[in-house]
Amino acid sequence: MEDYRRFELYIHIPFCAKKCLYCDFLSGVHDPITQRDYVNSLCKELEFYSEKVFGTVSSIYIGGGTPTWINPDYIVKIMQTVKENFDLDPLAEITIEANPGTVIAEAANIYRSVGINRVSIGLQSANDDELKMLGRIHTFYRFLSTYEILRKAGFENINVDIMSGLPGQTPEKLLYTLNKVTSFRPEHISCYSLIIEPGTPFYDKYHEDAERQERGEDTVLLPNEDQTYELMKRAQFYLEEKGYHRYEISNYARDGKECVHNLGYWRRVPYLGVGLGAASLIPPGFLVREPEDPEETGGMGLEWRTSNIRDLYEYIEEASHLPIVPEEVGYEDIATIGSFTQISRKAAMEEYMFLGLRQTAGIKKSEFKKAFGVAIEKIYGHEIFELEKEELLTMTGDTVALTDTGLDLSNYALAKFIKE
Amino acid sequence: MDQSHIRNFCIIAHIDHGKSTLADRMIEMTHTLTKREMQEQVLDNMDLERERGITIKSQAVRLIYHAKDGEEYIFNLIDTPGHVDFNYEVSRSLAACDGAVLVVDAAQGIEAQTLANVYLALDHDLEVLPVINKIDLPSADPDKVAKEIEDVIGLDCENAPRISAKTGVGVEQVLEQIITELPAPTGEVNAPLKALIFDSLYDSYRGVIVFVRIREGKVRPKDHIKMMATGAEFECVEVGYFGAGQFIPCDELSAGMVGYITASIKDLRETRVGDTVTLADNPASEPLPGYRPVKPMVFCGIYPADGAKYPELKDALMKLQLNDAALVFEPETSQALGFGFRCGFLGLLHLDVVQERLEREYDLDLVTTAPGVVYKVYKTDGTVMELTNPSNLPDPSEIDYMEEPVVDAEIMVTSDYIGPIMDLCQERRGQYVSLEYIEETRAVLKYVLPLNEIIYDFFDVLKSRSRGYASFDYELKGYQRSELVKLDILINREKVDALSFIVFKDTAYDRARKMCEKLKENIPRHLFEIPIQAAIGSKVIARETVKAMRKDVLAKCYGGDITRKRKLLEKQKEGKKRMRQVGNVEIPQEAFMSVLKLDDDE
Repeated sequence: MEDYRRFELYIHIPFCAKKCLYCDFLSGVHDPITQRDYVNSLCKELEFYSEKVFGTVSSIYIGGGTPTWINPDYIVKIMQTVKENFDLDPLAEITIEANPGTVIAEAANIYRSVGINRVSIGLQSANDDELKMLGRIHTFYRFLSTYEILRKAGFENINVDIMSGLPGQTPEKLLYTLNKVTSFRPEHISCYSLIIEPGTPFYDKYHEDAERQERGEDTVLLPNEDQTYELMKRAQFYLEEKGYHRYEISNYARDGKECVHNLGYWRRVPYLGVGLGAASLIPPGFLVREPEDPEETGGMGLEWRTSNIRDLYEYIEEASHLPIVPEEVGYEDIATIGSFTQISRKAAMEEYMFLGLRQTAGIKKSEFKKAFGVAIEKIYGHEIFELEKEELLTMTGDTVALTDTGLDLSNYALAKFIKE
Repeated sequence: MDQSHIRNFCIIAHIDHGKSTLADRMIEMTHTLTKREMQEQVLDNMDLERERGITIKSQAVRLIYHAKDGEEYIFNLIDTPGHVDFNYEVSRSLAACDGAVLVVDAAQGIEAQTLANVYLALDHDLEVLPVINKIDLPSADPDKVAKEIEDVIGLDCENAPRISAKTGVGVEQVLEQIITELPAPTGEVNAPLKALIFDSLYDSYRGVIVFVRIREGKVRPKDHIKMMATGAEFECVEVGYFGAGQFIPCDELSAGMVGYITASIKDLRETRVGDTVTLADNPASEPLPGYRPVKPMVFCGIYPADGAKYPELKDALMKLQLNDAALVFEPETSQALGFGFRCGFLGLLHLDVVQERLEREYDLDLVTTAPGVVYKVYKTDGTVMELTNPSNLPDPSEIDYMEEPVVDAEIMVTSDYIGPIMDLCQERRGQYVSLEYIEETRAVLKYVLPLNEIIYDFFDVLKSRSRGYASFDYELKGYQRSELVKLDILINREKVDALSFIVFKDTAYDRARKMCEKLKENIPRHLFEIPIQAAIGSKVIARETVKAMRKDVLAKCYGGDITRKRKLLEKQKEGKKRMRQVGNVEIPQEAFMSVLKLDDDE
């Protein structure tokens, strides 16, 4: 069928027990009434989209914040609303983010019962001193019990997040964490670098050091660039040795356990984001009624990105007023809870490159041609040539991919695909 | 037109003493423009001038004044720039005048440029009418300033108008005194034409518009005119005078008048400012004395950021040169920057203004090398060369000795700051000349200073060390022998010609070290290590290293937030745009001006 599509669903839960010192995500500590109102508004948004999008939900990601921090009944309500309003693939990967100490056995069973089949646990470190320094609410011991509860409840797909580049982190400390984590054999490990973001307590404390790190100068509190490089590489080699292959810049998985939802982002699968600050990628033919734009699109139809309001109370208020008359209204109303912007063909190609090349497997020339109707060499021949010369990228057969060094310097390499 | 009813004058003043405001008020009060039509400061009509509050180009406007004696007078007001860099422009404007209105701020009193401008006016035999402005200010002390003008300049201030150009108080008195105190032009109307070119403007429809002061004779459309210095001949198309912000054609221009001539002149170089226009059939026997030829004092290389824009840059410079006789340029080639021009300027402000006009009015993206002065190199073979580009310095074995330009500097300063200002002059290798008090709390400090030491930031430092109380003027004195060396900069072991500069020997080590540090900050990291070295000849005297980039990853992100990733990559890309490739190193355009910022940390 011509209009048959698969799309991903992202659901944002912006609540936490406590804000971590480095965190700049849209999340915070809020009272139970706000949590209730928020979930009601979020379900309203799901209902709003119900009759207005074509396709089958291929994966769901409930992220945050800490979705496991709110009453599990809310998660039940959200999942029910999804099922009532969308066509959900029975084999869909459905992930919920969790923090150690926020999941009791009963809750884990509830999550299982509503179809959630994957949990992503934010551990960050196995060293309690590092956890304390990051402002985390838990110890390593609490992680162990949460992990056990989840396994016992029958979760067979678990991710553990860890962080490198922490203040004072030595290779030994990172390897200790990696050693502990891999010994439980989670299916997936995300290994991020600490990034000092404006507006966080860590920024006040470390931003000068972060700038020095970026310039390659000596640092005071943070590891310097050579050290962060070493930490990143040691983690990579260790994880690969333990049977976790790197499939994206900071993601590692046992065979066949790559995160479907995340891969969707890198491959520009359409996605619908609901909740505070969530973004959506809306391809042509996705909405029942298309927005109109006279601009030349090269015959490829229009792609849109929406981005929801980032103010919690404003979102709760606006989303509660969304009309749910089927098919009567469409994209105009999306504007009441956020912005709605067209993605030009040029921007879409750039995204295709700088997202797709984050995958170690790279991208396929044939798929680029299929998506845009033009050969990749015609658009990016020069950039590809330059990067090949610098040994940051390889082109073999149908595949274009960054090299290992290219992945280490991905910002440098990917920036080349942004055209003037 | 009866010459006794014409007055040709300019207004001279130190910067910010209210010259342009007075001009505006005079235009308004003579109904040359209605209040509604008045734009703030009509005479400063370049965007740049209005933004910076300075006058760069001379402008002229004709006013009709109904005087108290019942007669009608024509005033030709010629506006002049106020900055020391533009003394030459002032000089050109003055040559078209018979008198000058000297504006002095009632609170600030005489400043260095007040003096400099008065001396220039007197050099041109102009009558000077003193006016004390800003009497509405709470801190105004007109009596004290009047006495100062009498004591320091020797002008009688008994009847000097005391005005507020801002509110209009006393401006009428100025208009009346222009008639009584300033002379009317004299000049034989029936003699052969002698018209002095004091400015010109390129108009894409009419060609060159020549601004003239008719000294003798008359000129009409269809006359065959001749430029006496270049010998070029044209048929006059139109003559006219200057309305406020517009050209108003008339039947003829005769002796005593100020106006313009168009003659379908296409080549900018055929109408030199200072040349005399005469009639081809009935030429004057002698041209008018020209202006002092202007010598640019500061040179730098200007290159298009995009090498393909070289013809556009050339064209833009030629157009600017038409309106700016002080700008000189000649093509040069740099290994690092490609094809460009070595350009000469009156000073750093002039350089700045030209650079900004090129970028703004001609939409050019430029790379500018560090400015330097003109050195004289005495070679062992007995020849002398004038060095405007450091990379042309001959091998040391061929050099006998070198000379650098020095200036007579006059700094007017309140007594509290004499100490710090003397320290500053010492640091800049100044030779003390004298210290004279012009009144109890103010003194004129005279130094001989190397021009090289004042072109960069001297004025800024002077202002900051005197909390704004010092004013400064200088005049080229001549050349003086000096121990100078050329500092070369090597990036990734490759000499970058555009970064070489000449420096006083004793400060070479310090400058070299700072330069390397500055470049290290400016040059982004590459995939390989980049040594930055400063060398005198083959001897490296300073070194820094830009380390290789090893990790540049955005590893944390929630997938849906594409906008954020894009912004980060765009930022990275934006940085790249303003880079210049030298060998396999990318150098940001600003780096070529690094040498200017070596004193930042002071």
